[in-house]
Amino acid sequence: MSAPPSTRPAPETGGPARRPRSRRATGLVVGLVALGVVLLASLAVGSRGIAPGTVLDVLLHPATRDAGGDLATDAVVVLDQRLPRTLLGLAVGLALGAAGALMQALTRNPLADPGVLGITWGASAAVVLGIVAFGVATVTGYVWFALVGSAVVAVVVYALGQSGRSGATPARLALAGTAIGASLQGAVYAVVLVDSRSFDQFRVWRVGSLSGRDPDALVQVLPFLAVGALLALGVCRALNALALGEETGRALGVKVPQVRAVTGLAIVLLCGGATAACGPVAFVGLAVPHLARWVTGPDQRWVVPYSMVLGALLVVGADVVGRVLASPAELEVAIVTAFVGAPVFLAIARRRRVVAL
Amino acid sequence: MSAPVTTRVGEWSVRVRPRPVVVVLVLLVAAAALGSVALTLGEYPLPLSGVLDALLGSGSRAQRFVVLELRAPRVVLALVVGAVLGVSGAMFQSLARNSLASPDLLGFTTGAASGALVAIVLFGAGALGTAGGAVVGVVVTAAVALALLGGDTGGYRLVLVGIGLNAILYSLNNYLILRSDLATASAAQTWLVGSLNGRDWTTVAVVAIGLVVLLVPALLISRRLDLLGMGDEAASSIGVPVVPTRIVALVVGVVLVGTATAAVGPIAFVALAAPQLARRLTGSTGPGLLAAGVLGGVLLLAGDVLGQRLAAPAQFPAGTMTASIGGLYLVWLLAREWRAGR
Repeated sequence: MSAPPSTRPAPETGGPARRPRSRRATGLVVGLVALGVVLLASLAVGSRGIAPGTVLDVLLHPATRDAGGDLATDAVVVLDQRLPRTLLGLAVGLALGAAGALMQALTRNPLADPGVLGITWGASAAVVLGIVAFGVATVTGYVWFALVGSAVVAVVVYALGQSGRSGATPARLALAGTAIGASLQGAVYAVVLVDSRSFDQFRVWRVGSLSGRDPDALVQVLPFLAVGALLALGVCRALNALALGEETGRALGVKVPQVRAVTGLAIVLLCGGATAACGPVAFVGLAVPHLARWVTGPDQRWVVPYSMVLGALLVVGADVVGRVLASPAELEVAIVTAFVGAPVFLAIARRRRVVAL
Repeated sequence: MSAPVTTRVGEWSVRVRPRPVVVVLVLLVAAAALGSVALTLGEYPLPLSGVLDALLGSGSRAQRFVVLELRAPRVVLALVVGAVLGVSGAMFQSLARNSLASPDLLGFTTGAASGALVAIVLFGAGALGTAGGAVVGVVVTAAVALALLGGDTGGYRLVLVGIGLNAILYSLNNYLILRSDLATASAAQTWLVGSLNGRDWTTVAVVAIGLVVLLVPALLISRRLDLLGMGDEAASSIGVPVVPTRIVALVVGVVLVGTATAAVGPIAFVALAAPQLARRLTGSTGPGLLAAGVLGGVLLLAGDVLGQRLAAPAQFPAGTMTASIGGLYLVWLLAREWRAGR
């Protein structure tokens, strides 16, 4: 899980506001290269180790699958088993990283994360509702429920955290999200423990993981993730202006309500889509934007793409680590990311004052 | 607010405020009534009169068996565990001077679960070993939480540290369940949900003894804890030994949580809600340990009854009921507090 080497290990505050464009571009390229390495590792590592050369060979010549012999077995493993989960990890990590960056920028809250704010539990509760009440059994069905669930919980948590005079402070939002998440969690467990059929379905889905998912899951959520990612990249410039404060943003010509709505829509599409495809994965959205800002500074036009790359790096990397650590079994991605992300959360929370972004 | 009544016996005098006493008595009556109703619930049909007969020693053998051996342990356990959680919640909240300092938000409950899982999965422990593991888990989690907080227990930082710890421990628990074989995993999973089902009198006795033993030091330092609420300096200037009081309160609170969790698994939110509600009912400012304890018992029993009745014959574990209702209660608490601009 290597972060791209920091070009400027300076603290977030202070230091020149502008960092050389070329350095940030270099960092992004380094990140992409690292991502490529991790993707290759994800195809090569597992209970059947396959040499990277063979992996490339198989990828370039898919026809080897029908050739017979050892190479054909390798080809089947790589193409049918590891490629789908690697691509799923890539898409989910990208989505969660971008969603986290947007969420932190929108709420100006360094603790914002789909897991901490209870949004993944909203998606979970809605999916369970879909399974139990409407007999939904496909990922296409899950997506819609997950999207609606995330959207409703996002709005409720923000409304709750924002009430009162001092507005939505970081700690308040985290607390509101935890309270609502805990309540939904209780309801979800109550339902699934009673209905054994849906428990069976939900058991698999509950711990965010890339394995054992419907192979079509990626194809089915891809449109949602793609639209979300495009919206995310499009809204960066406006978020930069909003970072100066609502008033200043308005004075700079940003249509504040529209920007908020578009950002919210992007977050819901990215989170809901990712959660529907691989279950709740916490702390990617939290930890990744911090790493990204550490390298890039506060410019959202860089933070969001960096977060996408680093998010994908973290999720695919966590999947590989999970496969290596628990070999020959596997460790779910969500478990690994929590072990990596939660300490970051603790470090931020321990600061004297949790500053608003 | 009603005036305190002072009673003198020889050279001893006791000041008693009538309202908390009345509240505790009313709650005890409510607990008894709810308990009687709970005894009628189950697959064997038994009206309230039959339950009373069995309790008084008359009634058929079958009735006595069902009531005394099958249902009564569950009801008593709910009351006792609820009381333990209520008291420990009250301790933590006045210790930290923070109404959100409950063992579940701080990650202690999850820590107890981790300890118990380690005992079950890695050491193949039985009931006693599991209980020991839970207590160790709570102690370790509490130590880590205190180290991370560095003595600053006010404000939301406490809760944020709790959220982080909870996440790590939750993942650890999932990992432990994943690495164990199916039989162990399902035993662990059942325990993890926090269910009162299928416990016998031995468990009840252990928890009850723990409660009684720990309630003594808790009540002894209750008044000092109340005074600590004014701040360390003010309290020590009127003669409260600050550090010893804190240590006793912490140890008692931690062991109480460990005991309760060891007996029935993690039960969410009772420890958070009971002291808060008790404080509002009694109109007092102090820890109000007794009221919090009795109310905790009533809450957990109510959660268990609700879990049994809500979608009968389907049975919800009590822990899921307290989590969903307690979560909503917390939301309401926060919304009210924040709207008032505090």
